[in-house]
Amino acid sequence: MDGIMDLVRRKSASIALIIGVFVFWELACLVGGISDIVLPRPTQIIASLIEYWPAIQPHAAQTLFTTLVGFAIGVVIGILFGVGIGSSRLAYDTAYPLLVGISSIPKVAVVPIFVLWFGAGTVPAILTAAIISIFPIVVNVATGIATVEPELEDVMKTLKASKWDILWNVSLPRSMPYFFASLKVAVTLAFVGSVVAETVASNRGIGNMMMVASSTFNVPLVFAGLFILAGLGVGLYALFSIAESRVTGWAHRKDLAVT
Amino acid sequence: MSLALAAVAPVHDDDAAAHKSGMSPLVSHTRPFIEFEKVSVRFGKGDRQVQALAETSLSIHEGDFVALVGPSGCGKSTLLKLVGDLLKPSTGHVFVGGRELGATPIRIGMAYQNSTLLPWLTIRDNVMLPLKIVPPFRSQFRAKRRGEFRDRAEALLAQVGLAGFGDKFPWQLSGGMMQRANLCRALVHEPDLLLLDEPFGALDQFTREELWQIMQELWMAKKTTVLLVTHDLREAAFLGNRICVMSARPGRILDDSPVSFARPRTIDMTYEPDFVALNQQLRRLIVEARGGTGIVQAGGH
Ligand SMILES: Nc1ncnc2c1ncn2[C@@H]1O[C@H](COP(=O)(O)OP(=O)(O)OP(=O)(O)O)[C@@H](O)[C@H]1O
Ligand SMILES: [Mg+2]
Repeated sequence: MDGIMDLVRRKSASIALIIGVFVFWELACLVGGISDIVLPRPTQIIASLIEYWPAIQPHAAQTLFTTLVGFAIGVVIGILFGVGIGSSRLAYDTAYPLLVGISSIPKVAVVPIFVLWFGAGTVPAILTAAIISIFPIVVNVATGIATVEPELEDVMKTLKASKWDILWNVSLPRSMPYFFASLKVAVTLAFVGSVVAETVASNRGIGNMMMVASSTFNVPLVFAGLFILAGLGVGLYALFSIAESRVTGWAHRKDLAVT
Repeated sequence: MSLALAAVAPVHDDDAAAHKSGMSPLVSHTRPFIEFEKVSVRFGKGDRQVQALAETSLSIHEGDFVALVGPSGCGKSTLLKLVGDLLKPSTGHVFVGGRELGATPIRIGMAYQNSTLLPWLTIRDNVMLPLKIVPPFRSQFRAKRRGEFRDRAEALLAQVGLAGFGDKFPWQLSGGMMQRANLCRALVHEPDLLLLDEPFGALDQFTREELWQIMQELWMAKKTTVLLVTHDLREAAFLGNRICVMSARPGRILDDSPVSFARPRTIDMTYEPDFVALNQQLRRLIVEARGGTGIVQAGGH
């Protein structure tokens, strides 16, 4: 009972905060007389969301599509590399510095290169989303696999377990909390990637729609695009959070440092 | 208790029996089951080199219960790892069943001081883990995990006092309960050899004594060869058929003597004069091995 009350209290506090921010925003714009060319009020944004919905909807679908496809590619490649690097001490020590180096490059800087290679359109957006989401996944999966307790490994080895047995029965399940933690980060990053690529080099997607809207000074529509992005991002984050608590509930019973 | 033990016996299915009989010619009765021949172990290279184990020779016969005691850091765990083929000797040879280590396929069960149960599996699934990996069980795992194997895990759990806990997760159990489950996991695949590294070290005295008794019952039923590393001299004398005392690092076997108290031993027996005298003798040996006077100094542990 206490737990439920506690949950309601915590949730209601954050909902109240969100509503409070919007109310403050609305009032500040009204009282301060801020022009809607500079900062539209939330009600105006919602109005334009409704007004332009038929035009927005295909762009939103396009962005969601490129993000998810890119993210899926990123997850597959990320898991493969993560398992490879995490399973071998040598690979871990060798590849980790390179990984850190690459992951500190702002990935959006590669958009022009993708455009050069594949032309403007969907492909650069997908690839940007993929490449931006790979690294957190690789690093986390590799960490999860490389940090299996040596005692546990000893027990498995005395059972004459093969590398594959150990990976399948111990390392992979063990790295799931790390993996899901990185999924939540990666999916939001994937949005950043696809939207930036759309902004720069595409005639479809929310990023492109916002570019066009801002060039015609339709500022409420620009903000409507932001709202859509926020909604999609939060939605996917929530989806993976739920999946996480389903799959890795065991991990939240004890302290587990997830980076 | 003996009834409960009989219930676990379906182990003698065809493959397991074949495995056992396949073993017998290898384990000739003239040669010991496990034999250390002038084995030494060094860790590291150059200046940083550490000699963990001095030249050691040791024989363990099938069905022996060897307790290994000695000062901290003397190489007990190292010796255990050698037997488990987790570590290669720097010099010398380890023979199992008369052949070089690794040549004879033996089944090993292992338990450490900290329970290494997998937190995402139920206790029952944890106990069944070796059956998923070790032949011949592994090939039958899919078919039998819901029937025979499950019953076997449950029967073992019941034997260590964990009946009804099969569906719980490790984090729902106390330390003592986890260690019981850990013991079940080490035994479920009917090992030829049980390697125990301070398995009861982190438990309170009463739980520990209870687990000694359980351990003794299990051993008396199966006569598995056991190598037990412990810091507790009472534990060594209660459980062991033989106690090997090791010297400080680099470790070697200082003393190797049989323990002849009749089984089943009881906790009360550990307070009788003979038993206390044995403990004192062991204690003196280890104090000497540590190079101390026996007077505990502050922070000297
Ligand atoms: N992987 C390793 N690398 C370097 N040195 C090691 C390694 N493993 C063990 N040693 C050293 O070898 C010696 C023996 O270690 P071991 O773990 O066998 O001791 P132990 O008798 O089990 O001690 P304790 O009773 O405290 O568990 C120790 O001095 C330790 O520092
Ligand atoms: Mg040790």
